[in-house]
Amino acid sequence: MKKIFQQGMFWIVMVLMTSTAQAGQTIAIGVAGPLTGAYAAFGEQLWRGAQQAAQDINAAGGIDGKKIELFSGDDACDPKQAMAVANQLVDRHRVLAVIGHFCSSSTIPASEVYAEAGILQITPASTNPMVTERGITTLLRTCGRDNQQGSAGADFIVKTLQAKTIAVLHDKDTYGQGLADAMRTQLHRLGLQEVLYEGLTRGEKDFNALVTKLKSVNADAVYFGGLHNEAGPLVRQMKEQGLKVPLVSGDGIVSEEFVIAAGGPTYAEGVYMTFGRDPRKIKEGTNVVERLRQSGYEPEGYTLYSYATMQIIAAAIAATQSTDGATLARWLHAHEVPTVMGVKGWDTKGDLKISDYVMYRWDDKGRYAEVP
Amino acid sequence: MELAILAQQTLNGLILGATYGLIAIGYTMVYGIIGMINFAHGEIYMVSAYVTAIFLAVLHYFGLANVPLMLLAVLLATMFVTALYGWFLERIAYRPLRGSTRLAPLITAIGLSLILQNYVRLSQGARSQGIPSLLQGSFAITLGNDERLVQITYVQTLIIIVAFLSMAILTVIMHHTSLGRACRATEQDRIMASLLGIDTDRIIATVFVIGAAMAAIAGVLVTLNYGSFDFHIGFVTGIKAFTAAVLGGIGSLPGAMLGGLVLGLSESFFSGFVNADYKDVFAFSLLVLVLIFRPSGFLGHPQVVKV
Repeated sequence: MKKIFQQGMFWIVMVLMTSTAQAGQTIAIGVAGPLTGAYAAFGEQLWRGAQQAAQDINAAGGIDGKKIELFSGDDACDPKQAMAVANQLVDRHRVLAVIGHFCSSSTIPASEVYAEAGILQITPASTNPMVTERGITTLLRTCGRDNQQGSAGADFIVKTLQAKTIAVLHDKDTYGQGLADAMRTQLHRLGLQEVLYEGLTRGEKDFNALVTKLKSVNADAVYFGGLHNEAGPLVRQMKEQGLKVPLVSGDGIVSEEFVIAAGGPTYAEGVYMTFGRDPRKIKEGTNVVERLRQSGYEPEGYTLYSYATMQIIAAAIAATQSTDGATLARWLHAHEVPTVMGVKGWDTKGDLKISDYVMYRWDDKGRYAEVP
Repeated sequence: MELAILAQQTLNGLILGATYGLIAIGYTMVYGIIGMINFAHGEIYMVSAYVTAIFLAVLHYFGLANVPLMLLAVLLATMFVTALYGWFLERIAYRPLRGSTRLAPLITAIGLSLILQNYVRLSQGARSQGIPSLLQGSFAITLGNDERLVQITYVQTLIIIVAFLSMAILTVIMHHTSLGRACRATEQDRIMASLLGIDTDRIIATVFVIGAAMAAIAGVLVTLNYGSFDFHIGFVTGIKAFTAAVLGGIGSLPGAMLGGLVLGLSESFFSGFVNADYKDVFAFSLLVLVLIFRPSGFLGHPQVVKV
């Protein structure tokens, strides 16, 4: 049944796409991420960003006169489905490049498919170090790495919050545990030992037992590597049990859905998270942010990362006149590209040369702002 | 081991277990009466969370501000609507398959579960939804000279009271009313019951309605407690409640509640005092052990071969 629905959705998307695409040659680009499922908010960020970028590039005449045509792939943040989506994008839609996926646990298996087909893949959001550590030359990212992000989290907890007994939690997923591990490594480097290192189960809502355990070890700061669906109930139950210690997390909770999952701004208030410098505040992006807001969508989280990724792919295709993934990737490794998020350049692994994690804090109105 | 922490973990386990138990009732009653595992039951619970939010919004719109009255109205209305879902599912999906192989309704149940999930996803969206907290605040006490508080929120207190109360009412209905007698008769021998003038189709439908209503109670309470839900919550909770039903002895009403409490407490104690990573491993190992030594669960009746 699920499959019929998905195929139905797929055909609807196809019809919409073909009606907007003009006759003649087009450039097929895949956008893959969790468009459905518990993490659909993030998939929407990727899709909205890429769609807006494709629209803007097409309105300006496309890439050398060729229009961009987007194909969506829904991996539901599930590694098995990510493989199926990757094969579908490669074999059925013959995409030239892929924007995605979102979850590191999906990006990693899917990248094998794209690498084998020689297709350029740029992920706007997968921050796990292993994404670029496996020697795939046609894979790049436009976000930071979790070892940088985890270090930023650890530094903040130790130096700014002055915490001494620190508990580290994660969601047993590639991204969440990877982030928690990176944070822990930096903690050890700073000469501290965590008092607790444990995983919770994704999909559950009751973490009261874990919260009581945090109380029993007298934690004075908690770090969580994971996504908003679990972070929300976790922080709510911490407050309900009267545990008044700061919770610090990563870019997995950069969505207003975190506030909903927590049960309102009263519970989400005071939670810290690391994320790249707010892309909405970079001056190159002012017009794009305005256009997205006019269409009724607040470009939070990874929306502009996805927009930038589309621009990068377009720039590489325009410069090399090639459709070969290896050629495109080689060009990107050697050149810097101006994007909606400023100029981006890559090292030989495919990681950004400069990444800029800063700390944000959720306020009592359900919005996040940089910690000064 | 500190007493305050022990008491708090016991409370955590009881609250979690009470909700498992309420949902497990639906599994156990349906299994008892037609020998089928209704895998769509977890989704019924999920639907009830959405219905709760919708009724809360409606009542709020009409300006009802009295919280206890509001909760009571939402509870009854959600039980009613969710029970309709239960009745409807039985009517369209299971009754036509009565008398076919045992596997047919099982597969149908899995299919229904996917249909309900996707129906909610398409009609309500994939994003998490939330409700504002209605009852804020908690009871707190200290034990001994430990300055750490043992806390139970008002909503959690409500969960324990309502769960045990509805369990008690259901037990009275099953043992002291003619409806209950008809249910038990149908459970023991459906053909004989119908020969004696019991409308067994109606009784089976009633069992689905009761199961759905109990899941609705859990849905309302859990939604109040956690404040957020999405179309996916029925899956994990459904599996846990099913485990609770098997642990307590599938087919047995008190067994469902006992199974729920044992599962909730073991998860809570294991993650609290040993390691949260492996709490599910522990819970399911416990299930395996119980089934090895008591194949029909804590309170289940041994299978009697009907000749």
